[in-house]
Amino acid sequence: MSDARPIMPEHPPVTDWVHDFDHTDPRWTENPFPIWDELRSASPVVHTDRFLGCYLPTTYEAVREIAHDTEHFSSRRVIVRDVRPETTGVAPPITSDPPEHKPAKQLLLPPFTPDAMKRLEPRVRAICNELIDEFIADGKCDAAARYTKHVPVRAIAHMLGIPEKDSDLFIKWIHEILELGIRDDDALMRAVHEMSGYFAGHIEYRKQHKTDDLISTLMNAKDKTGQPLSDGHVLGSLRLLLIAGIDTTWSAIGASLWHLAKTPADRERLIAEPELMPTAVEELLRAYSPVTMAREVMKETTISGCPVKPGNMVLLSFPAANRDPAVFPDADKVVLDRKENRHAAFGLGIHRCVGSNLARMEMTVALEEWLKRIPEFRLDPAGQVKWSEGTVRGPRQLPVLFGKAG
Amino acid sequence: MSGKLKIHVDQDKCQGHARCKSLAPELFNLDEFGNAHEVGDGSVPAGLEDKAWLAKANCPEIAIEVTEE
Repeated sequence: MSDARPIMPEHPPVTDWVHDFDHTDPRWTENPFPIWDELRSASPVVHTDRFLGCYLPTTYEAVREIAHDTEHFSSRRVIVRDVRPETTGVAPPITSDPPEHKPAKQLLLPPFTPDAMKRLEPRVRAICNELIDEFIADGKCDAAARYTKHVPVRAIAHMLGIPEKDSDLFIKWIHEILELGIRDDDALMRAVHEMSGYFAGHIEYRKQHKTDDLISTLMNAKDKTGQPLSDGHVLGSLRLLLIAGIDTTWSAIGASLWHLAKTPADRERLIAEPELMPTAVEELLRAYSPVTMAREVMKETTISGCPVKPGNMVLLSFPAANRDPAVFPDADKVVLDRKENRHAAFGLGIHRCVGSNLARMEMTVALEEWLKRIPEFRLDPAGQVKWSEGTVRGPRQLPVLFGKAG
Repeated sequence: MSGKLKIHVDQDKCQGHARCKSLAPELFNLDEFGNAHEVGDGSVPAGLEDKAWLAKANCPEIAIEVTEE
């Protein structure tokens, strides 16, 4: 167990990205794209001694190989951190490997199909408009704090059957787990415990009262042997849905609005050609993929010709894969009508994001409703855009002014 | 004229990204887990050939085969 609960010192600034990369360096947080290009031109797989040893595949092909190789790479740890305490608080199926993975994943898939998302869509549209109502008269807002953050939290709360008003609590836990947790094990464990306590209450309530929501669906699910899931399994999956379902989509919607705020031609095109939205959403997902996952090397192997040794973590950068010019011509350009786009924003292989259909629907609806009500907007020159640190990248502060400039 | 197209989704590869269903809803169905299957025997009706190629080109798992009969 992690009794020591170390809080690691600040990381020294990086001077040699190829041999000493650090995804928590402020320059990576601010603008990772040139760093990935530099690393990719050096090698398909690079290594750092930081984080107790970690690889980074830099090409689409290397990322694809690792994502498909569950024999040499385990998902039991899905965040690269300074510490590697014993694995506790599992969240199946994201932290599961074969053969446990498939049955755990199959339980979660039916509530997240595109058809299920269509039924949720009207509520998400209403959420977007309720949020816009709160700030549209101001002529400006911090779109990350007032809009993009709340859309996925309220949507997932609605699906789970927990009060949408508890949103701020969820946002706090996610910040403590995904951002503070990289360096501060104590903050992470505290947040996990608080979250578990919260959900345990909702599980208990449903043992007495019938509800029609995702928590009940999970509680009523049976495993392969016909047994109901343990409370621990339900709890782990609920933690996963909350953590994975919020700041990821928050980031994707935010990065899309950031792009549209500074790219009037794309904004005008989306308004003029609304039928382009599904293709545009895929391209925005490619260009600004929020989620980097992790694996742990279990057995020695080679990836794209590079030796990979056990004891190391892997930063599985789907965002870097999606900027690989060998697969995507003009990889650094946002091409709203890109025809061929096999992007890996939702991962590749068995761990494909279970919420990908939810995320796409939320992104589409959030952008459509914003553009309907606020067709003209731009970055506020008096404000500053701030990007999240860690393995989910998106704007956490996004000040925008409504209306035409000048 | 080229021959008729036939599509097939490899169930060992499909991971349910659902890109094909979004791009070519006439040619693909999703099952209860969201995994894709070709409609009927996979024959592509005339006029939908481009959609078949588009679906193949956008499948992240390279799970869609398109063959010309």
